[in-house]
Amino acid sequence: MTKRLLVVLSLLLTAGMAIGSQVSAADKVIKIATQSPLSGDQSAVGVDIKRGAELALEQLGGPLTKMGFKLELAPFDDQANPDTGVANAKRIVSDPAILAVVGHFNSGVQIPSSEVYHTSGLVNVSPANTNPKVTTRGYLEVDRIVGRDDVQGVVGADFAAAHKVKSVFVVHDKTAYGQGIAEFFKQRAQEKGMKVLGFEGTEEKANFDSLLSPILAGNPDLVYFGGMYPQASVLFKQARERGYLGMFLSDDGYDSADAVKIGGQSLLEGTGTFYSTVSGPAAVYPGTKKFIEDFKAKFNAAPQPFAAQGYDSMGISLKAIEDAAKANHNKIPTREAVAKAVRALNDYHGITGNFTFNGIGDPTIAKYFVMKVNSADPAKWNDNPVVQTLDIAPPK
Amino acid sequence: MEVREIFLSGPPMKRYLKSINLRELLRPLGQMLLFSVGSTVILSAIVLVLALILDKTVVGQTLFERLNVSLFTYTLVNLPQVAIDGLTIGFVYAAIALGYTMVYGVLEFINFAHSEIFAVGAFVGVEILIALEKYGALSGASLFMAYAYLVLAIIAGMLAAGGLAVAVERVAYRPLRHASRLVPLISAIGVSFLLQDMIRLTESLTTGQFNRIFPTFGNFDHRIILGRMTMGATNITLGVSIKSIIVIVSAVLMLMGLNYMVNATKIGKAIRAVAQDHPTASLMGIDVNRIISLTFLVGGMLGGAAGVLYALKFTRIDPFVGFFPGLKAFTAAVLGGIGNMTGALLGGIVLGMLETYAGSFMGVFTMGAAGTEYKDIFAFSILILVLIFRPQGLMGANVAQKA
Repeated sequence: MTKRLLVVLSLLLTAGMAIGSQVSAADKVIKIATQSPLSGDQSAVGVDIKRGAELALEQLGGPLTKMGFKLELAPFDDQANPDTGVANAKRIVSDPAILAVVGHFNSGVQIPSSEVYHTSGLVNVSPANTNPKVTTRGYLEVDRIVGRDDVQGVVGADFAAAHKVKSVFVVHDKTAYGQGIAEFFKQRAQEKGMKVLGFEGTEEKANFDSLLSPILAGNPDLVYFGGMYPQASVLFKQARERGYLGMFLSDDGYDSADAVKIGGQSLLEGTGTFYSTVSGPAAVYPGTKKFIEDFKAKFNAAPQPFAAQGYDSMGISLKAIEDAAKANHNKIPTREAVAKAVRALNDYHGITGNFTFNGIGDPTIAKYFVMKVNSADPAKWNDNPVVQTLDIAPPK
Repeated sequence: MEVREIFLSGPPMKRYLKSINLRELLRPLGQMLLFSVGSTVILSAIVLVLALILDKTVVGQTLFERLNVSLFTYTLVNLPQVAIDGLTIGFVYAAIALGYTMVYGVLEFINFAHSEIFAVGAFVGVEILIALEKYGALSGASLFMAYAYLVLAIIAGMLAAGGLAVAVERVAYRPLRHASRLVPLISAIGVSFLLQDMIRLTESLTTGQFNRIFPTFGNFDHRIILGRMTMGATNITLGVSIKSIIVIVSAVLMLMGLNYMVNATKIGKAIRAVAQDHPTASLMGIDVNRIISLTFLVGGMLGGAAGVLYALKFTRIDPFVGFFPGLKAFTAAVLGGIGNMTGALLGGIVLGMLETYAGSFMGVFTMGAAGTEYKDIFAFSILILVLIFRPQGLMGANVAQKA
C-alpha cells in the first residue's frame, strides 16, 4: 500500500515539476526519464541505474546547460513489472519535455514498454537488457550498450580456444536459448580448429549416466553446456563423480548461487568450471575508476552492477540531444531527431567502453566476461572472479 | 508358515527361526540375480552383434576417425559401466513399479498419484537432511552418523509417503470404490496434480525455492574404481559410486522384505485373498478396507524410500520430480505384467537397462543422428512391441497370484 502511495506521490511530484517548469522557462526545459525497479527485490540494482544516470546528468550536462537549456531527471519505478513499465511509458511519452529514456533492468519489462516509446518516436537507451529481441525488432528508437544473450556461444568458444582446448563435447537443453547458444558455440569452435566430439540435446534433469558414457569415451578437454544451471550443474557433478577432470563451461543461465549448491566441491576440481556473462561489476571496466569514487562520494555506497551502464546511457542521451539541438539551431530538437542522433553517434567515449551503434541499435563491439567458479560456498558466488574479457561484435 | 512348526518344542528363539520361510526370503534374491544377469547378457549380446555388423560400415569408420578405436572395442570397453548404470536406475524403477502393481492387484486401477507420493517422500527426506545441515549436524558427521542420518531420512520419507498414500486412498478412492472403473482413475489424476501443486505451494511459502538440493555429506559421492581400460587414446575407468551401491542394496532389501510379507505372512495371505476376490475375502473374516489401506501404506512406503534414494543418486529435486520416474515405473509395471509383483521387478530392471543401453550406444551407432535424447523413444517402442505380442506383459500369464 505504502509502495503504491509512494508511486502516486512521485508521479504527482513529477507532474507538478513539469507544470512549474513550464511556467518559468517555457520551452527551454529538457527532461530525461529513467525507468528501473526502484522498489521490490530488484531495487538494489534498479536504484543504482537511476543514481548512475543522475550522476551523469550532473557531470555531463554542461554543454546543454551552456546552450541555455534546463536539464531535469524524471525517475520512474517500473517495479520490474511489465504492466507498471508500460503504464509509466504512457505517462513518459505524454510529457513533451522528455526527450530520452534511460532504462529498464529487465528485458521482459523493456520489450513491451519500448513498444510505447516506438509509437511516439521517443528514444530509449538501455543499460542492461540482453535479450536479442530488444534490438532485433529493428526499432529506430531502441539502442542498448550491453551485449546479447545469443553471442555467448561465440564468447565461450573464443575463451576455450584461448585456453588451448582441443576437443569439446557440446550439450544443450533443447530450448531456444540453450540450443541457440550451443549451436553458435559449436560453429565457432569448429572455426577455431577444435574437434567437436559430440553435440547432444537433452531434457533429462537427473540421470545423465547414459549421456556420460559417450562423453567420457571421447575424454574431451571441455564439456560445454548451453542452458540453465539446474541441468548443467547436475551433469557436471555426475561427470566429476565418474572421474572426468577436464573443464566445464556454460552460459549466463549458469549464473546462480544454486549452481554451486548442486555441484559443490566437484565444480572446483580438475580444470574448473567457468561461465560467460554479458555484464561484469563496475570495477572490471577500465574507465570507471573516477566514476566509482564520485559515486561513493555522492551516494555513500559502492555502485551495484549496471550503475556504470546507467551513467553511460545518460551520457549517450545527453550527447545525442546536444547534437540534435545544434543541428536545430540551438532550439529544442524533435524526438525523432534525437533518436537519429543516438544512432549517428560515432565512437562515443563512455566509461564502460566506446560506443557506436549498428543499424538495429546494438553496439558494434560489446564486452563479454568469462567468470570462474571460485568457491564451493554458495554465499561467495558473487565473488567469482572475471578470468577473461572479450570484445565481440553482434551477429549479423 | 505351517501349523506343525508352531507347536515344535524348544527355546522361543529357535522356534522363531524355524518359522522363517527361508525359501520365500531367498526366492526374490534369485529372481533379481537372474533378471539382472539375464537382461545384461541379452542386451550386451544384441549391442555387440550390432557393433560387429556396423564396424565395417561407415559408422565404424566415423568412430575410428573420431576416437581412433574400432566400434567393437568401443562397445566392449563401455559395456560393463553401462550395465552397472542400467541396473542402478532399474532397481529404482522396480521399487516404484511395485507401488503401481500392488494397488492394481487389490483394486484393479492405476494409482496415477503414486508418482507424487514418490515426490513427497523425496521432499521429506531431503528437507530433513537440509534441516540437519543447517543445524550443523552433517558437516562434521562421522561415517556412522552419516549413514544413520541417511537411514533417518529414508525412514522419514517412507513414513510420510506411506501415510499420504493411505490418506489419499481414504479421501479420494474409497468413496468411489463402487463407481465405474474410469472414475477413480480420473480422481487419481486429479490427486496427482493437486499434490504436485501442494508441494510447490509449500516450498514457495516456506523456502521460496523451486529446486531443492540433497546436501553433500558422508562418503556417498565417493567412487569405487573397479578397473581401468585403455581405449584408443583415452582411458575408460570402470567404477561404481557408493550411492549407486546404496540404491541397489536398499532396493534389494526392500523388495525382499515386501516379497516375504506378501508371500509368507498372514497379512500377505490376506492381501492376496483381497486381490483375488473382495466379497469372499470379507466372508473369510478379512477386513477388506484395512487390507487395502495396508496395501497403499506399503506401496507408498516403497515409493517414498525410492524417492529419497532417487534424490541421493541424482542430487536435485523439484515439485515435478515424480512425473518421469513415475511414468517409467508405470511402464515397467505394464511391461512386466501389471498386478504381478515379480513382473514389476523384471519390468523395472529391463526398462532401466534398455534405456541406459539405448542412451549410451544409440549416438555412436547412428553417427550422432539420434543421440541420447531419443533413449525414451527406444524404451517405449519396446514396450509397444511387447504389448502387441504379449498384451498381458512379460510375466502376466504364467503366474496365478496377483499381488
